[in-house]
Amino acid sequence: MDKQKELLNVKNLKQYFPIKGGFFGRTVNHVKAVDDVSFTVYEGETLSIVGESGCGKSTTGRAILRLDEPTSGSVEFDGTDLLSLNKKEMNQMRKNLQIIFQDPYASINPRHTVRQILTEAMEIQNVWPKEQRNDKVIELLETVGLGAHQADRLPHEFSGGQRQRIGIARALSVNPKLIIADEAVSALDVSIQAQVLNLLKKLQREFKLTYLFISHDLGVVRHISDRIIVMYLGKIVEIGDKKSLFENPKHPYTKSLLSAIPSTDVDKKKERIILKGDVPSPIDPPKGCRFHTRCPFATELCRTEAPELRSTDENNLDHQAACHHMEKFEAESLQPMA
Amino acid sequence: MMEPLHSMDNNQTSPSNSARSKRWNDIFYKLRTNKSAVIGGGLILFFIFVTIFGPLFTPYSPNTQDMVNKLQPPSSEHWLGTDNFGRDIFSRLIHGTGLTLIVGFSSVALGATVGVFLGIISGYYGKRTDSIIMRTMDVLLAFPGILLALAIVSVLGGSLVNVIIAVAISSIPIFARIVRSSTLSVKKLEYIDAMRALGASDRRIIFKHIFPNVTSPLIVQATLSIATAILSASGLSFLGLGAQPPTPEWGAMLSDGRNFLYNAPHVALFPGIAIVIVVLAFNILGDGLRDVFDPKTKD
Repeated sequence: MDKQKELLNVKNLKQYFPIKGGFFGRTVNHVKAVDDVSFTVYEGETLSIVGESGCGKSTTGRAILRLDEPTSGSVEFDGTDLLSLNKKEMNQMRKNLQIIFQDPYASINPRHTVRQILTEAMEIQNVWPKEQRNDKVIELLETVGLGAHQADRLPHEFSGGQRQRIGIARALSVNPKLIIADEAVSALDVSIQAQVLNLLKKLQREFKLTYLFISHDLGVVRHISDRIIVMYLGKIVEIGDKKSLFENPKHPYTKSLLSAIPSTDVDKKKERIILKGDVPSPIDPPKGCRFHTRCPFATELCRTEAPELRSTDENNLDHQAACHHMEKFEAESLQPMA
Repeated sequence: MMEPLHSMDNNQTSPSNSARSKRWNDIFYKLRTNKSAVIGGGLILFFIFVTIFGPLFTPYSPNTQDMVNKLQPPSSEHWLGTDNFGRDIFSRLIHGTGLTLIVGFSSVALGATVGVFLGIISGYYGKRTDSIIMRTMDVLLAFPGILLALAIVSVLGGSLVNVIIAVAISSIPIFARIVRSSTLSVKKLEYIDAMRALGASDRRIIFKHIFPNVTSPLIVQATLSIATAILSASGLSFLGLGAQPPTPEWGAMLSDGRNFLYNAPHVALFPGIAIVIVVLAFNILGDGLRDVFDPKTKD
């Protein structure tokens, strides 16, 4: 695989949400939702972020778009640091980065017709000349698999899948380069999920889109991604291309996640790694490796020292994990566990 | 759940108007079938009708004095009797209808405009802005409405315009609170985030996406507030701080009548009944509107 152009470069991104308390509403503590996350999205690829609820994957997406202002770090899009832009510059920049939300019922204004929703988006970013906007609306609707006759309907006249298509059309209406899909298919039926995922793939080819795909569903992620990031408690534990991550997971957390995917093969014996306990609170995350409280292989080193992301294979430097004991697992052939 | 049948034929109608008209058709249908809305609304329409056409048909001028016939009980000549200056009470009541409605409508319009503005700003921007605005509103809210209005009128001086201003100010906090809380819940919805992600300005988000979605509780509260406003205004006039004689304001008429309660109770009775009916009408309409706009809060 030849080196592609870096489209989005996230460096040391931190998102701490203050917890107010006491009589005068002082900040008593922070929820460390995203804690020092760095990654790169290459042009034209689909990078997925997976992890369980509360691991900071959606927060990462929102912080990149500055829907919540990140605490620190840098987000470079196509060479421009988004976090250093003022409000006006950022608003102009926004036509390049769009987002598709999870809940198709809450993500479109119930009082506006599809035509109003799409023309307003074009109006805000001033993307097409006024006279052409109506034609563009029809074109967009057809692109996402809706009909021209549905342009003047209200959101409540559509099904969940159709609404999600409207959300996709709205994101597309400003010609973005990068689309962040925040659990974009999680609220849909499985059959509709497949349709929408295929639509996203089709659009990616057609418009040369780059996706940052946020999901908790490994099946969906396996279907759509080129590369995958696994997050746990605000940190990246493993990053790698789809094939090597699914076939050769290095981090114990990734292994246990993958072992939880139901298999359709009845004859294949699977070893489940069942994690004990709950995810610790992101207010006061464990010292050292954040996973050590639940890791079946944790040692003293894990409890004191936080592991860095690193690679164990010189031929595949892009596949990295943050674990002290990767080599040991490999030597003892603990993997592949799945 | 009754669904209006006519919503179907609307699917054919052309562009952007259809959305709005469909919604309003739904609302009007529900209003027509809601008993309290029909009764309250009907009464108010009647009062508006009286305001416009009533003065053309009154048997006497509201301010013509007739000292020979003062304090006459109701008769065929003077339907509701005469007051202590021999003025026809029926004519005065009719001439005062418009005044009452205008005081109610304009003070609420004024109070609601300011309240909505403060409420949306407070809810949307949050943090410091929110604290400052809402604590100020709490201070205003700590005084009973009539007492606050009383204080404001004593500072500004007694006149009908000042009464409107005073009542408006005392109604600001309620609107600010209602709109703030609705704004907070609408602000959290994903489509507001979607608009921010598209680069929409705060002004666009507030006016095009938040305001239209907070109007339902607003309309209900405005209707109920008109009733309160009329009552407060009448109260202030009763205390001699509002309309000045010889203006045929109902509260002032009630006040004039109280000296003759023993020998001529009708002088105070009829303005009192008129106030009760108007206030009741607005309250009933408000309840009806609440059922239509906000079925969840129904008792």
